[in-house]
Amino acid sequence: MPARREPERIVSSVENMPRSWRRETKPHKFCPGCGHPIILKALGEAIDELAILDRVVYGCDIGCSLLSWDFFNVDSIQTHHGRTTPVIVGLKRARPEAIGIAYMGDGGGYAIGAQHLVNAAARDDKITIILCNNTVYAMTGGQLAPTTLPDQATETTPHGRDINLTGPPTLGPEMLAAITGPGAYVARGTILNYPQLKKIIYRALVNQMEGRGLSFVEVLSSCPTNWGTNARETLDYVKNKMGKVFPVGEIKVPGQKEVQ
Amino acid sequence: MAKIVEGEQRRFITGNEVVVWGALAAGGDLMYGYPITPQNEIMHYWTRLAPRFGKGFLQTEDELSAGFATLGGVMAGKKAFSGTSGPGNVLMQEPISMAEMMRIPAVWIIQQRGGPSTATVIYSQQETRLTCFGGNGEGLRIVYSTASHQDLFDYTIKALNTAWRYRFPTFVLGDGYQAKMREAVTLYNPEERGIEIVPSEPLVLQPGTPARDRPPAHHRNTFNIEEELLAVLEEQIEEYESLAPQIAEWEEAGAEDSQLILVAHGVVSRAAREARDALARQDFPVGYFRPITLRPFPAAALRRAAQKSRGLLVMESAHGQLVSLVKEALYGLKLPIYTLLRPGVGITTEEAQEKARALLTGKEEG
Repeated sequence: MPARREPERIVSSVENMPRSWRRETKPHKFCPGCGHPIILKALGEAIDELAILDRVVYGCDIGCSLLSWDFFNVDSIQTHHGRTTPVIVGLKRARPEAIGIAYMGDGGGYAIGAQHLVNAAARDDKITIILCNNTVYAMTGGQLAPTTLPDQATETTPHGRDINLTGPPTLGPEMLAAITGPGAYVARGTILNYPQLKKIIYRALVNQMEGRGLSFVEVLSSCPTNWGTNARETLDYVKNKMGKVFPVGEIKVPGQKEVQ
Repeated sequence: MAKIVEGEQRRFITGNEVVVWGALAAGGDLMYGYPITPQNEIMHYWTRLAPRFGKGFLQTEDELSAGFATLGGVMAGKKAFSGTSGPGNVLMQEPISMAEMMRIPAVWIIQQRGGPSTATVIYSQQETRLTCFGGNGEGLRIVYSTASHQDLFDYTIKALNTAWRYRFPTFVLGDGYQAKMREAVTLYNPEERGIEIVPSEPLVLQPGTPARDRPPAHHRNTFNIEEELLAVLEEQIEEYESLAPQIAEWEEAGAEDSQLILVAHGVVSRAAREARDALARQDFPVGYFRPITLRPFPAAALRRAAQKSRGLLVMESAHGQLVSLVKEALYGLKLPIYTLLRPGVGITTEEAQEKARALLTGKEEG
């Protein structure tokens, strides 16, 4: 039997963790193949690089995002479904020097919390919202989400999403770019392009720190558990199916013309 | 910064303005609110008075947001509060349940209107049950039911102190009559009367770098397993029950050897008190009992009073919401509970007196 090499790998992965990750709560609680930890790694590295551990308040929503309630070595508040935006808005206005991050899924942001998201955008609240788009309600077992792709089967659209009945997928960043002020930063990243994702999240934090306006990042992510996909199919789904509907890149950058 | 209340001031103002002076006097920092009648003028006065003292406000997109933003403000270390009514109170129960689970000390001013649904914009006592038990749990909260403008001032100050002292969400339960009418009130600086203002502590962003100088603050309201939740709830319930006797407040008069005790809360208690006093002057053996805290309910005090009486007349501008609190408190006692129930409508002294007199003279069985 060959010697197991696992311990060495684990040691090296600990070394590679962002310093802002809380080691005591790793390994994390997300499913194998889930995109959340990639997003949270990009966020963690951005927090490290900006050296803002003592200023961040991290809010997480209900759904899989709540599994990150003790993920970081930063002060964290796990809230209710859709209500992370108003909690962080209330906190930021009370302590303007805080760096408020609201982390949520597509259901929390675009469905139950949509009016909070829309109004925070219309007010240009100086907070950073990071939304994980995996096209399903994952924690509750794979129901239709605002971001479910046309014809995609979910537990509540077992024969595929009929856009005549339930509409097309929500284009969140495009909507928010239209209603925010000129100081807002709006972008869509993907777990398949980590360097770009990290840059986007970094900029979304800097935009808040500079007090310009709302900072919003949607991230195309994966849910093989609910999609019923293997690794290759999962990556293909994010890249080719989701990528076709949800264009990746910076959508609104303060001081620049709108870019795609 | 200007001093908020200088000396003692006699004023003739609306209840909603009184609430704002109370919140300012008690060190309230921040209000998040959403318009709904009859509490609107709390926001109107706050947005005029609070900036003089460097205090903040945001009109949010709905009561859910007002409530959750209030919790964010409290967690950031501010004495934040909100106010609402009716359907807004229904929505507000969601953030309030988070405050209960996470022991966040926020204050809500509830100016009751008619219900269910949109109903009327002015008055009722139909939000008693909702305000006491509206969350999806046991209702570990503190509810002061006010009857006058002086109450509104005193108990707004007390609510802000109680919430931050015990870390249970706390309510001032008024109504549209109290909110909108003018009445004489004495405003004062609580500290000049020896009332200590309980300071607020941030629940996040304490000094130092998390994980280096202090543990990170990780706040949650979700639990993985049933027993984990049970352990948290048992501790909270035990703490609430041990504090309840020192929080509970009531008023009573002449219960001993009475034939009938008039029981009412809020503004209806004024009619009950006047009716009782008028009947007592006519030598009817009548008592009076007014719970001031509805949560925790002054059950022991009411039970003591009831044991010395031959019957109770519970009156309220609702259909049996106070009655059920009374019945629970008196479970097992063998005495009749008569009622005067007027959901969404006021009760005058004359109506209270007439009903009580009919019961006392045997003209009515109840």
